[in-house]
Order: sequence, then C-alpha cells, then structure tokens
Amino acid sequence: MNLDAKIPAGELEKKWEDYKGHCKLVNPANKRNLEIIVVGTGLAGASAAASLAELGYKVKTFCFQDSARRAHSIAAQGGINAAKNYQNDGDSTFRLFYDTIKGGDYRAREANVHRLAEVSAAIIDQCVAQGVPFAREYGGMLSNRSFGGTQVQRTFYAAGQTGQQLLLGAYSALNRQVGLGTVKNYERHEMLDVVMIDGKARGIIARDLVTGKLERHFGHAVLLCTGGYGNVFYLSTNAMGSNVTAAWKAHRRGAAFGNPCFTQIHPTCIPVSGDHQSKLTLMSESLRNDGRIWVPKKQGDTRKPNEIPEEERDYYLERRYPAFGNLVPRDVASRAAKERCDAGFGVGASKQAVYLDFKFNMMRYGRIEASKQGNHNPDDATMLALGKEVVKEKYGNLFDMYAKITGENPYEVPMRIYPAVHYTMGGLWVDYELMTSVKGLYALGEANFSDHGANRLGASALMQGLADGYFVIPYTIGNYLADEISVKAIPTTHEAFEKTEKEVAERINKLMSIKGTKSVESFHKRLGKIMWDKCGMARNEKGLQEAILEIQQLRKEFWSDVRIPGEIESFNPELDKANRVADFIELGELMCMDALNRKESCGGHFREESQTEDGEAARDDANFMYVAQWEMISDCKWNMQKEDLKYEVIKPSSRNYK
Amino acid sequence: MEHYNMNLTLKVWRQKSATAQGNFENYQVKNISSEMSFLEMIDVLNEQLVAENKEPIAFDHDCREGICGMCSMHINGRAHGPWDATTTCQLHMRAFKDGDTITVEPWRAAAFPVIRDLVVDRSAFDRIQQAGGFVSVNTGNAQDANCLPVPKDDADLSFAAASCIGCGACVAACKNSSAMLFVSAKVSQFALLPQGQPERTSRVLNMVAQMDKEGFGSCTNTGACEAECPKEISLTNIARLNREYMKASFLAE
Ligand SMILES: Cc1cc2nc3c(=O)[nH]c(=O)nc-3n(C[C@H](O)[C@H](O)[C@H](O)COP(=O)(O)OP(=O)(O)OC[C@H]3O[C@@H](n4cnc5c(N)ncnc54)[C@H](O)[C@@H]3O)c2cc1C
Ligand code: SF4
Ligand code: FES
Repeated sequence: MNLDAKIPAGELEKKWEDYKGHCKLVNPANKRNLEIIVVGTGLAGASAAASLAELGYKVKTFCFQDSARRAHSIAAQGGINAAKNYQNDGDSTFRLFYDTIKGGDYRAREANVHRLAEVSAAIIDQCVAQGVPFAREYGGMLSNRSFGGTQVQRTFYAAGQTGQQLLLGAYSALNRQVGLGTVKNYERHEMLDVVMIDGKARGIIARDLVTGKLERHFGHAVLLCTGGYGNVFYLSTNAMGSNVTAAWKAHRRGAAFGNPCFTQIHPTCIPVSGDHQSKLTLMSESLRNDGRIWVPKKQGDTRKPNEIPEEERDYYLERRYPAFGNLVPRDVASRAAKERCDAGFGVGASKQAVYLDFKFNMMRYGRIEASKQGNHNPDDATMLALGKEVVKEKYGNLFDMYAKITGENPYEVPMRIYPAVHYTMGGLWVDYELMTSVKGLYALGEANFSDHGANRLGASALMQGLADGYFVIPYTIGNYLADEISVKAIPTTHEAFEKTEKEVAERINKLMSIKGTKSVESFHKRLGKIMWDKCGMARNEKGLQEAILEIQQLRKEFWSDVRIPGEIESFNPELDKANRVADFIELGELMCMDALNRKESCGGHFREESQTEDGEAARDDANFMYVAQWEMISDCKWNMQKEDLKYEVIKPSSRNYK
Repeated sequence: MEHYNMNLTLKVWRQKSATAQGNFENYQVKNISSEMSFLEMIDVLNEQLVAENKEPIAFDHDCREGICGMCSMHINGRAHGPWDATTTCQLHMRAFKDGDTITVEPWRAAAFPVIRDLVVDRSAFDRIQQAGGFVSVNTGNAQDANCLPVPKDDADLSFAAASCIGCGACVAACKNSSAMLFVSAKVSQFALLPQGQPERTSRVLNMVAQMDKEGFGSCTNTGACEAECPKEISLTNIARLNREYMKASFLAE
C-alpha cells in the first residue's frame, strides 16, 4: 500500500481554488442516476446529504437514533470558529489556518487545514441563511466569543447550544430534500458492513434495529459520517451510542486508519461521582472565557472553596502560561490539572478535581452593568447580583446542568471539574478529496483523521464537519463519480451483497450463541479502564505493552463468555451494544500499538519518556513528523505506513503558550 | 450536598412489541446512590436483569445531557418525572427517597405507538418537519451573514423557540395528545426571523396539515405541555402559531 494524499500542486492559497476549477463535473441528467449512501446524520452527514441532494444525486441516509436530528453533534455546546474578522481584532484566513496547525502540534496537513480556514466564513453565511439563531449584539450583528489556543474572538455561538442549532439547521435542509423526494432517511438502522465490488465500495449492509433484520443498500459511493470513537474509553463526553463500528468495518475492508492514538482529553468536565457513572458531562470550553481555574496552594486542603482566601489559591494556568492563561489549548490544560491532582492538590471528595471559579468575572460584569444603570459606585452584593444575570444569559443552560448533576449551585460555589475523554483526532485516513484508501468510500467529520493533527482546537470540530459536508464533498465526489456515470445501479442480489450479508449474519449468530456469563457492559467497562489507565492522558512504553496483552486477553474472554439476552430478530439494544463493544476492543489494541510506536509527545499524545525539564511535551520532528496509516493485513494484525508531513508555509516550532 | 443510598420498588411497563399486550412488572433495586442519574439507576436494574438471564428493559436514550431529545419516560405520572424543566436523563436520584415506589411508563399517544417497553415511535415529528420546517436555501446561495441584521430580542426569542429538543413530552403530557407546542416552536423560530418570511404562509399551513394527518389531537389550552416541557418552550408560541395559521389561511383563500 502506498497512499497518495493527492494534494494539488501550486501555492497553498491557490490549491483549493485551482482544484475546484479543474475537477471533473457530473452533468445534472447523470446526477439523477447516481446514488449515494450517507451513513450518519450529524453535522457532517446531514450537511453532505442535503447538499448532494440539492445537486441532484439520489441520497439515502442512515442513523442509529430514532431521528436524524439526534446525532451526537446536537450536544456540542460552545461554538463554531470562522475567520470572519467581524471583531476587527486581527483575524484572517491565514491566522485561523496558522492557529489550527499550531494547535494541532504540527501533525496536520497544511493543504487541508488551509482549505478549512478558507471555507469557514461561508459556513456562517450558510447557517444564517437557513435561520440558525446565533447570538447577536444589540445592533443586530452576530456576536463572538473566544476559545482556547487563540488570541482573537472568532467563535460564533448560540448560548451553550451551538451544536443543537447548527444540527437543526442542517437537519432542516435535509428535511427539505426528504420532502422533495431526493433523500430517503433510514432511522434506527445500523451499518454493519461495506459491500465491495471490483475493488470499489458499492453499498452497505445495515441492520434495522427495530426488527433486527439485515438489509442491503446499493450506492455508487458511500460516505461515512459516523462520528468519533471516544467511547472506547467507556467514560467520555460522547453520547451513549457513539461508536466506531462503521469506521471499523471499513477498516476491516481495507480502509487505512490514521493516527488512531490521537485522543483529546477535555480539561473541563464534571468529575466522576462513583462506580455507577455511565458517561461524563462536558462543561464547555467557553466557560474558560469567564472562569478562572485554581487549586489550593496547600496540599490536601479540606476547607470549602469560598473559605480559602485569595492569596492561598494557586491559579496554576495563569502562573505557568502567562500569555494564554486560562485559554491554553485543551491538552495543555488537561495535563496541568492532572499534574496538580497527582501532586496532591486536588479538591472535592475524590481529590480528582480542580475549581473553575466565576466569581471574579461576575464581579467584573456586575460593575459594567451597574455603570450602564448609572451606578458608578456599586457595592459587592449589587455587582455580584448583576454579574450573575450576565453569566446566566451566557451559560445558563450549562450552569443548570451542573446543578442538576452535582446538586451544587455554581453561581454560589466554584464548579469542580476534571479532564475527560472528549474527541478523537484519529480516524479513517482520507486524502485531500476525503476519500479513504478504499475507492468510492469517503469519511467526513470526526470519523476522518484529517484536520486537527494531534490536538483539536475548541469550536473547530463543528467547523470541520460542516466544511466537509457543505463545501468540500460536493466538489470532490464529482471528481470520482464523473467516471461512474456509465455504471447502472447494481441490484442487491449481486453475489457480493449476498456474501457480505452472510458474513454479517454469521457474526451476529456467533455473538448470540456464546451465551456466557458476563454482560456486555462489564466488558466495556474493563476495556475503558485499561485504556484510561494506560493509553489516557499519559502513556509509557511499559504500560502500553501491558495494555496490548490485556486487551488481547479481554477479546478472547469476550468472545467466549459474553451474555446477550433476547433474540436476533427483535429490538435488542444489548445485541447492538455487543456489536459495538466487540469493535471497540479491536480498536483499543490498535490505539495502544499506535501510541507505542509514536515515541514522541505531541498534542494530546503524551509519552512520559518524551518531556522537557519543566514537564512540557517534547515533540520529535526529526523522527515522527508523519501521519501513521495503519492497514489491517489479517485478523487484528497490522502494518504501518507513513505519510510524511511537509510544511511549506509554516515553520514548525515548539508550541509555546507561556 | 449529603449523599445517601436507597432501596426502591420500580413498577415498569413491559411490552414485547407494538402488537403485544403490555403490563406492569415490579422490580426491587438496592443501594441506589442519590448521586446517580435516573437512567443510571435503570442501568443498574438492567445489569441485574442480565445477570438473572432476563431481558433488560428497552428505553431510548443517547446524549444523557438533556439535549438530544431521545430519552422519554413517563415517571410517576409526569413526562420526564418530578423535576421541572428537566429531561429524564438529567433527573437525578436525589429526587427520591428510601422506600419509594416509582412507576415508569412510555409516552402514551396514538401518534406515538410503542415499539418495545418504554420505546415509542416518534417519526411523526420528523414528517411534520419535512412538511415545512425549513428555509428553502441551497448550499452556496448565502450572502454575508452580517448583511441581514436581526434585532437581538427577535434573535433571542427565535432561539428560545428553536431550543425544542423534539422529545414529545408535550404530546405525552396533553390529555388530547396535541403536538401544538412542538409545531409552534418551529413555526415561531422562523416567523421571528427575516429569513423565514418568504415561506411564512406555506410553512405554517403545511406543517399544521401534516400534524393533523399524523393523528395528534387538538389543543384546548390546558397548558400541560408547557408545564412538562423540559426546555420550557413557552405557550406564547402556540398563540403565535394560531395567529400565523389564521393569517395564512386568510391569505391562502
Ligand atoms: C459534549 C460535546 C460538546 C462539544 N462541543 C463542541 C463545540 O462547542 N464546538 C466544536 O467545534 N465541537 C464540539 N464538539 C465536537 C463535535 O460536536 C463533534 O466532533 C462533531 O459534532 C461530530 O460530528 P459528526 O457529524 O462527525 O458526527 P456525529 O454528530 O457524532 O454523528 C454521527 C452520526 O453517525 C451515525 N452512526 C454512527 N455509527 C453508525 C452506524 N454504524 N450505522 C449507522 N449510523 C451510524 C449516528 O447515528 C449519527 O447520525 C463537542 C463534542 C461533545 C461530545
Ligand atoms: S416543545 Fe418541549 S416537550 Fe415538546 S418536543 Fe419540544 S422540548 Fe419536548
Ligand atoms: S438522552 Fe439525550 S436528552 Fe436525554
């Protein structure tokens, strides 16, 4: 395998323009005969499906939830970046490009990231035209906030529900096409395999989750927009159903996996409260705009936060990183929190938490509000009361959520937060056209590995998902389909469909016939613990080697002792989960192998062996400036190839947020 | 906050399929922490059932953050349970005390047939949206976003309506199984924005027609929907929907 990223020649700023000017086109009459399968209806899938249908293609979408609107993108809170420079604070396409490359610790492709920055502004225009109610200023213009890893305000938002509003926008565009008959949605359907004919992806096998029956669907091309795989850690901020299955099936059919170990651990999540914990809840990064993170200066301090005087607090991010302070990128903030807790400064019952405190900014806002009301000498109580109102308007839903989960009032006491698994930068390897190493099979959104390198900046996943779906795939898919116009829809009685369906059925039968003693959930928890302990925020050679053996053992045990109640041909969530956990176990092993191979520290990947004297991550550009492309050569045996990264415009330097 | 553990009796609706006869089953769960979410308590029960080689209770859930709209349990006679403005997944066990009996049922409405146990079919909501819940604008047609200023108050009201999560609690709470709150939220979002104006008339007529076709009941202004809506979608949206509908019917004639 030698994978070509197909990056267009020419100057960086002109590549995408040139590509669009020269890629092949499909004429409208031919588009009507071409069928496209879109698996996933999150931001990437819904935007792609709607845009492709508008162009005239026949589209089918699939999602495992009961409605396309419930894809996990709905949960994104803080915002979406775009290089609009509405704030006149020095933003530009180049700066967004630069911040993203640097934030990703120089492990992403320049050409892809530049394209992302170029199309970012059009995303906001498109969403506004659809009626997405972004936050606005009194003059009627769009409002912005800032996110980590940047020094400009380029994040557009809708309270703490930006993902919801963007997804409902894309969902409405999709609904319009369903009404017009160009898209058909298959809800409560799970894709369980890719069908390959003559070396090209030509369809999928899906399971109707209500009846349990397998179905065959043909497509001239297949798009996987199936999200990230953070749930390999069991506990993450992802939705309960988020899984790797679609991507994994593609991987097993030949699609290379890119940088599987690159995982983002988000610094501000509600800490684990006990063994019953089923998922973790994010407190949006936008809160770091207005909150200050601290721990007591004294180890094991048991006083209540409000009893600890100012001078006995350690605002450790402001101390260590004066230039960016509380707005350092996520990987840096997470490691710093872990460092303080490991050193014995953690707070709360578990001591695995730090404070995120809003009092300071509530007072600041309160002063401004008081002054607007003509009160230039407000007392503390007045300022606090007015400030609370401002904070409530900005983050009310997040504060409410915190209160419901913890039983504490974050307007009165600082939030307790701790890092948690949040996003996966790794994913299916794709070329510049978003095609995987399998012809006709594409990956969009979080499911691909492409644009965020070793660490994603906040508010950039929504941007990437919508860039891929609205503005990239409509062009790049034409370049492939233009050569497919003579291919008639292949009947699903074709032997390849028959054979693949049989293989899927056999695997399900095998799962159901184990009739062991342990629940699917128990295996998932054990996998998660191995991954978190040994392939989490800090990784080392010995731990990773152990993890690989433990996961191999777990896999054997799973396939001999899992218990799945119920029947195949029925609504059976335990069986759905078993299918997913089986794939997570295999993925876990690959992630550990990738982490073991990458001996440097970069972005979210921290190898303890590779750090500077003051504990910062030490990159090794001489040996690791590449994308690791993993190909499965036989059942859970892999081969790794390197795609060297060439920086023509930006000169990689050590990331410095001090 | 004081933590405590409790033992509970659960009365849960079990129904094998859409056509099967359903009934309540009683279960005991022990040592439930007040820190757990309601769904984590159900997880505990389900693990217990798997251990006993019985079929776990089927229920819809995904984000567990109160935003996807998938969770949908009728708890002790209230859609999403006892806490105001809270989805089932955000309800926590500190709402209950040791020894309580908790009754859990699916949404009950003709337009939401039961699929299994606590899972219902809400696809009618999607079809209503497909009938008109959009602005007809193709990708690539948009002008610069700030060319169209929107007064902040309008934008805020529109956002408040748009924050509906499509859970269906309003229908489940209503004695007539009316979907008016849900439909009014979408109609209002667009009616309040300049982008929504060109299709203002057709949108409301088409969405209401589809709503009627799906078999939802009519609205008699009892307000149960607003009281149980986890996102506090306001009844004023229904008033707006009625105005929009009247005006549109007038214009259409
Ligand atoms: C809590 C939270 C907050 C976040 N906040 C932000 C933010 O503020 N800004 C930001 O930029 N990013 C944020 N992110 C990240 C961002 O939300 C995601 O990366 C992004 O939404 C992923 O979109 P997607 O379209 O790739 O996938 P998803 O939205 O995850 O959609 C996946 C789709 O694939 C379907 N699917 C999956 N597997 C299968 C299968 N086998 N068969 C059929 N269908 C399948 C699902 O049903 C779903 O429709 C946040 C993430 C989380 C978890
Ligand atoms: S109006 Fe409220 S109760 Fe009804 S679907 Fe929307 S969020 Fe749920
Ligand atoms: S599970 Fe998503 S709203 Fe409750």
